[in-house]
Amino acid sequence: MPAESSVLSANTPAKFKPAGVFAFARPGGWGAVALVIALLTVIPVAVIFSAWLTPEADILGHLTEFVLPELLANTFWLLLGVGIGVTVLGVSLAWLTAMCEFPGRKFFSWALLLPLAVPAYVLAFVMIGLLDYTGPLQTWLREAFGPMQLPQIRSRGGVIFVMSLALYPYVYLIARNAFLTQGRAALEAAQSLGLNRWQGFRRVALPMARPWIAAGLMLALMETLADFGTVAIFNYDTFTTAIYKAWFSLFSLSAASQLSSILILFVLILALAEQRTRSHMKYGGVGRAASHDRIHLSRRQALLATSYAGLVFAIAFLIPLVQLLLWTSEVAATDLDSRYWEFVRNSLWLSGLGAAIVCVLALLLGYAGRQKPGQFMQLVQRVATIGYAFPGTVLAVGVFIPVAWLDNVIIDLLKSQGWQGTEVLKGTLLVMLLAYAVRFLAVGFGPVDSGLQRVTRNIDEAARVMGTSTLSLLSRVHLPMLRTSLFTAAALAFVDIMKEMPITLMTRPFGWDTLAVRVFEMTAEGEWERAALPSVAIILAGLIPIIFLAGRGENTHA
Amino acid sequence: MLKLDQVSQAYGSREVVKNLSFDLIPGQIGCLLGPSGCGKTTVLRCIAGFEPVAAGHIEIGGETVSSPARRTPPERRQIGMVFQDYALFPHLTVAGNIAFGLGALGKEARQTRVDELLALTGLLENANKYPHQLSGGQQQRVALARALAPRPRLLLMDEPFSNLDVELRERLTQEVRDILRREGMTALIVTHDQNEAFALADVVGVMHEGIIQQWDTPYNLYHQPANRFVADFVGQGVFLPGMVLNNEMVEIELGVLHGMIPTDCDATGCGQCVHDCYVDVLLRPDDIVHDDESLLIAEVENKAFRGADFLYTLKLPSGARALSLVPSHHDHAIGEMIGIKLAVDHVVAYRRVTPGAPG
Repeated sequence: MPAESSVLSANTPAKFKPAGVFAFARPGGWGAVALVIALLTVIPVAVIFSAWLTPEADILGHLTEFVLPELLANTFWLLLGVGIGVTVLGVSLAWLTAMCEFPGRKFFSWALLLPLAVPAYVLAFVMIGLLDYTGPLQTWLREAFGPMQLPQIRSRGGVIFVMSLALYPYVYLIARNAFLTQGRAALEAAQSLGLNRWQGFRRVALPMARPWIAAGLMLALMETLADFGTVAIFNYDTFTTAIYKAWFSLFSLSAASQLSSILILFVLILALAEQRTRSHMKYGGVGRAASHDRIHLSRRQALLATSYAGLVFAIAFLIPLVQLLLWTSEVAATDLDSRYWEFVRNSLWLSGLGAAIVCVLALLLGYAGRQKPGQFMQLVQRVATIGYAFPGTVLAVGVFIPVAWLDNVIIDLLKSQGWQGTEVLKGTLLVMLLAYAVRFLAVGFGPVDSGLQRVTRNIDEAARVMGTSTLSLLSRVHLPMLRTSLFTAAALAFVDIMKEMPITLMTRPFGWDTLAVRVFEMTAEGEWERAALPSVAIILAGLIPIIFLAGRGENTHA
Repeated sequence: MLKLDQVSQAYGSREVVKNLSFDLIPGQIGCLLGPSGCGKTTVLRCIAGFEPVAAGHIEIGGETVSSPARRTPPERRQIGMVFQDYALFPHLTVAGNIAFGLGALGKEARQTRVDELLALTGLLENANKYPHQLSGGQQQRVALARALAPRPRLLLMDEPFSNLDVELRERLTQEVRDILRREGMTALIVTHDQNEAFALADVVGVMHEGIIQQWDTPYNLYHQPANRFVADFVGQGVFLPGMVLNNEMVEIELGVLHGMIPTDCDATGCGQCVHDCYVDVLLRPDDIVHDDESLLIAEVENKAFRGADFLYTLKLPSGARALSLVPSHHDHAIGEMIGIKLAVDHVVAYRRVTPGAPG
């Protein structure tokens, strides 16, 4: 994109009028549109940091003395453990499926993405249900081998185990792409210099893929920091659960904000690191399929590879899914009632509405960049899409505070007109939808922006020369060319919102319980069986984009 | 059909096109030739209506379409345009692309016209394919067919062959010329490739720094370049120092050249000087021929075999270099001394840029 936009800006004279598309909006207008969208991201962060201007001394003292040390230690160990876990799992599986030949390789190369569809909080309660002292595995072991005890699943190690299994696909996906597409020539050069394939992996492929692996790792760590559901189920206190408690138990917006500001510092550091590593990512030697010269493993090695991939797939996806289905069948008779359908309806509504908002904002932001390209616009777009890094708990606080303030202003205004009431905006979906939009704008912007890149200025002009009006240009050229991108953007945002837990939990108006909220409530009471039914629905929805993703990956690289 | 009158265009304070004037009669194929950044694409975009003009005016078919005061939007100019990257609509088939601009026609007339163009451009079998399924040359033809379909008054082509490999480029240039002729199309092509310009155009404007240096036929551009830039940019050749003896003779190292010394050489050049004036004389590779009998000899410094002929780089006794085109059966080794002779039809001379006596 940088190359593209610099070319455009070089050709864009001061008096250039947008070639017909939205000609009513001059470049200045588009700048304003993009700025407003970026403000949606900036304001919550600013609000959170401004909490330090009015510290509440007693709460702050309590926090620093009793809460912070534990939170910091817990967060540190979690990041370290999950970081190691996802890297080892992700890179090893990526290397095996990309470069080696073993039975089931084709199946595993896409099946290992499926855990993406299982939210970490679902995997968490399934694992606890399975591995707890009273769970089926330990009960069976005791019956078979007499009294014994496995390591406690409800522990730091347990959280790390679950989150590594849930989040390794981020590293796997990106690292695998890197192995498949980049630098095959370099690997062949290494072989010609006398290195065998394993040495080549260690000394050439792995170092070359490092920026990709790092990018996947950063994404996984951001998700770790943002996670609320899993740590809540494990009772493992991190910043997100602390913010939630400050919000609901202490009723202290100030404490919630201060905790949020610390968390967001971590997050911003990670996000900056991620963007830095991205700038090191360069594709080389794309296009040559690796299929015909994969490493042929010996029988023993191949068996090991198949078992390893199979084990990860089973633990991260298959066994949890089977367990969920078993539990579901136990409770389906009683729980598949009108309330359940209400959760489904709410989830669909909110996800649909959220996805629509995300698509509209992504389109506006994309068109703004197209009509007014330049470094400034790039910066604005970056800021506007950084929200994917913000934990939902933080966004809930950061969006709620300014909306509540605005609400009070409006109420005061209305009261002076003789109106009587206590809330205008607060009882609505506004806070929740705004927070969704900030968090998931990047998810929608990616595909929309790359779609727009294909609608070059020459394509616009080609249509215009042939006598096409602005409106018919949009309907005959832009819309058909963007259809796939918009669909992708909507599907990704839809599924992400469906899985979303903390924002929904903290800002939903009365009567808007979703599937994810239901999962939270049931797991809070330890009723795993009853949490299974809504979880299955969430997983089914989540499978759709992954099947797309996997299909596309196979087409381009297999 | 197309007329530009004193057209200027500026990006901010930078003037990219200055007082440009030329016109094309119906059916004529014109070409703007120049190095990148000379402003030729800007001229094309002004004519298409994508850029405003800062001064002067543009007429298409006798109607003023651009002036500083008003600008007819591109979609109402009835022009066709072929883009450098073709800008085909990826979501439409070949037939769909060609039919795109035919909205005004009825369904049947549209189909007829599409078929006509498919036949004209040799794309009949590919009518239902999508652009990404076609080769570069085929995409180029779709772009041309799409632009021609609505029967525009004027066709504009922006570096139409630059994305193709050399061999295909040469073949397509011929094809495109034939197609334009058959349709009787008035066209303006922008390119930096002189072979393309010469093969396609009836008349070529060499552009440099926003100014048309010479607007002429390819033959005249080569043999009577209006100034040093044109002489340098068009064709190969070297400048040798010379001295004007009188208005019909100029002496260079290799002898005395006879013929009219253009009094306005260099466009302003040595208009005043009649004799004893130092000049640079342009020698094309075909101005020096190989002759074993000749007393004039030069050393072969380098040679490039080009099939039918050799292009020799010769080192003259003075140390100056000259080029010579020699039939390929005269194969001389590098370092060998060979006899040469002058065969100059037109004397092209410009005022010396570096002072000094002729060697």
